[in-house]
Amino acid sequence: MKRALAILAVLVLLVLPVVGGATQEASAPQISIEHFAFGTPMLSVTVGTTVTWVNHDDDLHTVASSDGLFASPGLDTDDVFAYHFTAPGTYAYRCALHPHMTGTIIVQ
Amino acid sequence: MPDNTIRNPHDPTSDDAQTDGMRRRRFLACMAWVGTGLVWTLTGGVPSSSILGQADAGTPGAGAPTPGRFSFVQISDTHIGFKGEANPDVLGTLQLAIDKINALQPAPAFLLHTGDLTHGQKPGAFDTLAEALKSVKTSQVFYVPGEHDVFADGGKEFLTRYGKGTTGNGWQSFDDHGVHFIGLVNVLNFKAAGLGSLGQEQLDWLNKDVERLSSSTPIVVFTHIPLWAVYPAWGWVTEDGEQALAMLRRFGSVTVLNGHIHQVMQKVEGHITFHTAMSTAWPQPAPGTAPSPGPMKVPAEQLHRVLGVRDVRYVQGQNPLAIVDATLA
Repeated sequence: MKRALAILAVLVLLVLPVVGGATQEASAPQISIEHFAFGTPMLSVTVGTTVTWVNHDDDLHTVASSDGLFASPGLDTDDVFAYHFTAPGTYAYRCALHPHMTGTIIVQ
Repeated sequence: MPDNTIRNPHDPTSDDAQTDGMRRRRFLACMAWVGTGLVWTLTGGVPSSSILGQADAGTPGAGAPTPGRFSFVQISDTHIGFKGEANPDVLGTLQLAIDKINALQPAPAFLLHTGDLTHGQKPGAFDTLAEALKSVKTSQVFYVPGEHDVFADGGKEFLTRYGKGTTGNGWQSFDDHGVHFIGLVNVLNFKAAGLGSLGQEQLDWLNKDVERLSSSTPIVVFTHIPLWAVYPAWGWVTEDGEQALAMLRRFGSVTVLNGHIHQVMQKVEGHITFHTAMSTAWPQPAPGTAPSPGPMKVPAEQLHRVLGVRDVRYVQGQNPLAIVDATLA
């Protein structure tokens, strides 16, 4: 039981910053790229939000929308890419170099 | 291994793998990691290996020169422009590889570069590579692109530089010393699942290219992403690679050379043998041994042991190709 509580505590700690980030920084959400994955694979924002991606991997990654709307250049370690969403919709994107890395931004 | 893994009964990385197959794969991987080159001799599609430097005089590649013998070199994943911790001097390690190539006796007939010439098409990277490769003592260099060479512009710059004499998006074939060489491009039109793909147009071209050949013609295929399912979870597979291989099964000797995964692995499937190559820039983890692929940091004194070049020797009129993976150490 103690162990289960400990795991729960860890889970809560892991989840809290994400929830906090989503509510407190809704105007400038940031998605971390780490271990060949987008840290927040599904993110809902309001129209007019600028979403920022930061690459924390040693390898090059990109952020490229599936419909060609936006495409970052190759992002080196700690490089940042931002896109300003001006219209509602569901925007699927992936890394052009590692297309198994996918994410979605829902703009409402 | 995830459920979406493409299963192949011959693939030692699959769940269905024989224990022996797994042991053998691990053994080979270990041999590569400790920096020991392996001499590969292929007879009728069945390879045997001996440790580099201990090959006996009967092994192709050892002993006196034989008329009709020729060799070529494969380099891969030079990643010019990479400046990460895994190797802050990729140009320096490329130069070591070039020195190694230039020391080969006899000199290789030509060089194959199996892609990722640049690290994400960094400005000037293609020029830097071209300048460095000018010092290679060989008559010609053949290139196929890696995803790093084409992602930003769909391959325009690559094809402008290296597309002369190729078809479609850089597909090419040529004959040398009775061997038919085929360069395939599998880094354009990445599928959403993250797998390499050749595309129907290229497959049709390949079919036409090989249909006129006699089944006794030795075939060497070179491409960037493995044609076989090395590790689909990391995208280390070509989605329609099997369709290309099906066209090659009738041939008595098919050797498939690729890069992309930055480490040596071999597999035999009938008369087809697959060989992935080391990078000259940085190593990657063995499949499934890390949370993700990517540049693997090793202690500086060990770096040269996990980088390397490949020398392939062929004796005309015989099927065996001797494949030697030599590290930069």
